[in-house]
Amino acid sequence: MKLRSWFVLPTWAWMVGLFAAPFAIVLAYSFLARGVYGGVERPWTLENYQRLLDPLYLTILLRSFGMALLATLLCLILAFPAALFISRSSRHKNLYLQLVMLPFWTSFLVRTYAWLFLLRDTGLVNTALQKVGIIHAPLQLLYNDGAVLLGLVYGYLPFMVLPIYATLERLDPSLPEAAADLGARPWPTVLRVILPLSRPGIVAGAILVFIPCLGAYLTPDLLGGGRTVLVGNLVQSQFTTARDWPFGAAVSMLLMLLVTLLVWGILRRESEQLT
Amino acid sequence: MEPILEVRDLAKDYPGQRALGGISLSIPQGSFFSLLGPSGCGKTTTLRLIAGFEEPTSGEVRIKGQVVNHCKPYERNVSTVFQSYALFPHLSARGNIEFGLKRHGITDSAARVAEVIKLVGLWGKEGRKPAQLSGGERQRVALARSLVLTPDVLLLDEPLAALDPKLRKQMRAELKAMQRRVGITFLLVTHDQEEALSMSDQLAVMNEGRIEQVGTPEDVYFRPCTRFVAGFLGAVNWIDGVGIRPEATRIAREAQNHGAKSFPALVTDSVFLGDCFQVVVRLATGEEAVAQVQHSSDVFQPGESVHICWNPADEILVA
Repeated sequence: MKLRSWFVLPTWAWMVGLFAAPFAIVLAYSFLARGVYGGVERPWTLENYQRLLDPLYLTILLRSFGMALLATLLCLILAFPAALFISRSSRHKNLYLQLVMLPFWTSFLVRTYAWLFLLRDTGLVNTALQKVGIIHAPLQLLYNDGAVLLGLVYGYLPFMVLPIYATLERLDPSLPEAAADLGARPWPTVLRVILPLSRPGIVAGAILVFIPCLGAYLTPDLLGGGRTVLVGNLVQSQFTTARDWPFGAAVSMLLMLLVTLLVWGILRRESEQLT
Repeated sequence: MEPILEVRDLAKDYPGQRALGGISLSIPQGSFFSLLGPSGCGKTTTLRLIAGFEEPTSGEVRIKGQVVNHCKPYERNVSTVFQSYALFPHLSARGNIEFGLKRHGITDSAARVAEVIKLVGLWGKEGRKPAQLSGGERQRVALARSLVLTPDVLLLDEPLAALDPKLRKQMRAELKAMQRRVGITFLLVTHDQEEALSMSDQLAVMNEGRIEQVGTPEDVYFRPCTRFVAGFLGAVNWIDGVGIRPEATRIAREAQNHGAKSFPALVTDSVFLGDCFQVVVRLATGEEAVAQVQHSSDVFQPGESVHICWNPADEILVA
């Protein structure tokens, strides 16, 4: 074996051992029957996949898609102006980028708990609003779809900002100048030139936000208080409380299949756009 | 006649350096004017100040008599053809050409667009994206995109630099013809003296943020005011305190005395250039000189003792 081939060996070992093998196990489980105390038993069956057609589960799947889509859209609306601002600033560019990445210094779990302290009935937001006298009884800020959405957008916003920033940074600076030169005021320049040209960054950011949001489990669990069941929570509950590993595995497989098809479709379309 | 574009004591400082040291220019309506100079001489800065991409540190830019110092680029009726063309890659050639018209709220522009597409010779290719066009075609789109807006002044920033040499020569003639046809004032920035000489009605030679000389191509070539201008516009032999162009320098086997100046010299090199020989000689003073010698005359070999001579009328006298 050539020396060069050895370099890639650790990656191969990692991917096979920690990705391909678990994937194969989950795939196999999804075609087995549930054991009485968890685990799986024979015979092989398609029953788990048939159960997925139950409107109850389809609704959860649809809700998860809707939630992830909404979170992605909100991230885009917030991230694009921020990325544009950072790419246009000259002096403090690195500082702003550091600030975008600052949340990564703490664990996601800790940061999500911090939101609990902010949003609960006796939390900072409600206390402050009551002190000022805007409200008299605490608002129900937690354990609803809004809180989950907030948590998702907060958690994945940097994954939208950074790819858009990277695209804007590579943009030929004479293009916005040319737009202004041809009579475009700042808004039309952004909408007609900068926005369309940051498409690759937007697509990359949308994929990076949408996929983790679709499978999100922690955020809906903590900020949704178990009331907002998304597909991630469904998988989790099947492996724990419901002790139905085969069905949990089938839900996971469906989710992976849908995500793979979606990303494949998007990337194919984008590469067609380029040629 | 009122000049269409005027620049007065225009200066631009960047942190730690002065890019433009207070220049004044007056550009007549309908003329082809060039700013010629080496890189870093301030010519592109001047163009950017006129386009409105940057604000001057002091001085003023006047378009049709109006001071436009604080007008944004989209508030000025000038248009730029960028060195990189800066075409919008997501729009077709037609989309690029219509971009400015749409921003000005002009929608019934089909005839105008068709006319300009024909003018620049892009007929049949208007549906292509910039990536599907050749370098020359992209440049035509860049030109069309600006010309369709009938600007008061068209600013061209090294428009031919990205083209291959053959196409560059062809485009020079086309650009000049186009300017005559549309009658729009062209302000060209270039570092290529041949380009500036062949296309301009008038040119300004710039160096280190200042204008060295303004004049017609013949003026600056034959009657340069400074050594810099003389040297930048073409090769010069500096002999005995005067300048003489290689094409006005002759080489003879015997000393000349019919009113011509003549110095003995030694041939050090002779290079065949296709249309002529370039003969390099060294004078007794140690000064080197170059002469262009036609094929019909004698062939001179290195090491030969010759005389270098010229007509006093061809001498360049500088301050």
